[in-house]
Amino acid sequence: MKILVPVKRVVDYNVKVRVKPDQSGVDLANVKMSMNPFDEIAVEEAVKLKEAGTAEEVVVVSIGPEKAQDQIRQGLAMGADRGILITSDEDVESLGVAKILKAICEEEKPDIVLLGKQAIDDDRNQTGQMLAALMGWSQGTFASKLVKEGDKLHVTREVDGGLQTVALSLPAVVTTDLRLNEPRYASLPNIMKAKKKPLDKKAVGDMGVDVSPRLKTLKVTEPPKREAGIKVESVEELVDKLKNEAGVL
Amino acid sequence: MTALVIAEHDNETLSDATAKTVAAASEMGGDVHVLVAGSGAGAVAEAAAKIGGVAKVLHADGEAYAKQLAEPMAALIVSLADGYDALLAPAGTDGKNYMPRVAALLDVMQISAITGVESADTFVRPIYAGNAVSTVQSSDAKKVITVQPTAFDAPAGEGSASVEQVGDGVDAPSVSEFVGEELTESERPDLSSAKIVISGGRALQSGENFETLIYPIADKIGAAVGASRAAVDAGYVPNDYQVGQTGKVVAPELYIAVGISGAIQHLAGMKDSKVIVAINKDEEAPIFSVADYGLVADLYDALPKLKDAL
Ligand SMILES: Cc1cc2nc3c(=O)[nH]c(=O)nc-3n(C[C@H](O)[C@H](O)[C@H](O)COP(=O)(O)OP(=O)(O)OC[C@H]3O[C@@H](n4cnc5c(N)ncnc54)[C@H](O)[C@@H]3O)c2cc1C
Ligand SMILES: Cc1cc2nc3c(=O)[nH]c(=O)nc-3n(C[C@H](O)[C@H](O)[C@H](O)COP(=O)(O)OP(=O)(O)OC[C@H]3O[C@@H](n4cnc5c(N)ncnc54)[C@H](O)[C@@H]3O)c2cc1C
Repeated sequence: MKILVPVKRVVDYNVKVRVKPDQSGVDLANVKMSMNPFDEIAVEEAVKLKEAGTAEEVVVVSIGPEKAQDQIRQGLAMGADRGILITSDEDVESLGVAKILKAICEEEKPDIVLLGKQAIDDDRNQTGQMLAALMGWSQGTFASKLVKEGDKLHVTREVDGGLQTVALSLPAVVTTDLRLNEPRYASLPNIMKAKKKPLDKKAVGDMGVDVSPRLKTLKVTEPPKREAGIKVESVEELVDKLKNEAGVL
Repeated sequence: MTALVIAEHDNETLSDATAKTVAAASEMGGDVHVLVAGSGAGAVAEAAAKIGGVAKVLHADGEAYAKQLAEPMAALIVSLADGYDALLAPAGTDGKNYMPRVAALLDVMQISAITGVESADTFVRPIYAGNAVSTVQSSDAKKVITVQPTAFDAPAGEGSASVEQVGDGVDAPSVSEFVGEELTESERPDLSSAKIVISGGRALQSGENFETLIYPIADKIGAAVGASRAAVDAGYVPNDYQVGQTGKVVAPELYIAVGISGAIQHLAGMKDSKVIVAINKDEEAPIFSVADYGLVADLYDALPKLKDAL
């Protein structure tokens, strides 16, 4: 089996971003960038499947700036075999990303595409589902467990009411949720080894895919500020305030 | 312009989020229809017909829709899309699962988890864990949208829409099948729509402490129980209790955070609550910066007292 893992370069989850004064977006100058945390979970799962002998090859792909190499190298250091970088200076929308991934799937013919359930910058939660649609493949979103049973992939999904398990025919697209695994840290020797693993580069313009944007950001603003309230001294005072001041009890 | 709202339900009950999504659709202007796709979900279709402002209900009855699997749901919705300018669904795990699939099949860029409607093509949505709010305009001919239900009020009044059967002859792809489910059993109100939520964090230390300290208070005041990611990861409570950027977004009248530090990912899921109470022994905890009432205390001391005082 071959597994393709798309990874996105995003603002590190610890960074509190600031809106630019001209409302054109958020200020990302000199901000720490990392691999999207859900994608680390996806790489980890793919590498585990390889270690268990279920998969033979793990390919990491990213669409983004030249610097997204760092995130691909991280995936390689975690145990993936090779990387593909599709460079783009412009931000590509999820639909465009899905179309590029489709072109890559047609060439690479993976059995499973494992990706994050959402990118923590845009919080869109859609790329995986879009790719599954474009390929006509099955989809298992928000996965907390993956098991290969015969020729099917059993995916346990984190849903609003609890957990749901579906059986997917392969090839399939799976998106990861937080409880699927705990991603490993790459060891120093593996980081060194990763530098020698193959990384193919292509420009988005050479993919023959229309990625023209459909959405236009008119403005990006600060959310309404919530003022800190008061400190109460005791449980009694708290209950009194909730009943008589806030009127919520 | 006509919009189609995809109902969220479990074949028996219609979620509150559906009516709130109808409200968002109405703000775009024009007629609103609702699609109920399920198995034996006639009562849900009847309930949808009573939502204020709904002109028509489409009811698709079939085994393939029983568990809302993305592949058959998307095939059905796409088959009905021709007559509509916009397709909307609540941003629960069902809508988030099938709507992007619908969008890609229609070659449309989805607008996810909107919190405001500016016009028929311009919408407001939070980005970066709610640290910024973006206003986006879509140039797609058809809009595919998921709606953050907590940002909208259900429409007033009662409707009396007609119910029409649809969905005959739609080919449901057979690439996936339902195997089983483990649903969290609870007598408490639904977390996403409860008026009061009490959430516990890592400081609760165990599932037993949730049972002895949090649940009795929840039951006394009719609250739903939520949790931080740390409490869910540690297995104190089921996954569907997680409140936050990557869990559920809630906006109750009263949110009580107990032993939760207030990481931005948690705040993203609850900072629109009307009144926020924080109980934390660290007076520097970030949760206090959004709390209307903060109590600096050891939860093991404060919660039993709180239970008695209520
Ligand atoms: C600073 C900034 C500004 C932006 N401005 C705009 C804007 O003005 N208008 C606009 O429409 N969009 C804008 N975007 C959006 C952005 O370019 C794409 O829409 C986004 O990359 C698609 O991901 P998502 O967040 O929608 O992905 P999701 O669907 O949330 O991501 C799910 C998964 O898909 C995979 N994935 C997603 N993107 C990639 C990728 N590039 N490479 C590899 N795998 C990927 C990952 O596995 C990820 O976990 C902006 C993004 C940033 C960071
Ligand atoms: C990709 C990603 C997504 C995430 N999504 C979410 C999400 O959706 N929701 C979410 O909640 N988190 C999310 N997180 C995690 C988040 O960053 C925090 O790690 C998490 O919210 C911390 O949980 P906590 O507040 O329970 O624990 P901690 O941060 O450990 O806080 C425990 C608090 O309890 C207090 N305390 C300890 N003992 C007592 C006592 N006896 N009495 C009173 N107070 C006490 C402490 O002072 C402390 O403030 C996400 C993280 C990542 C990377």
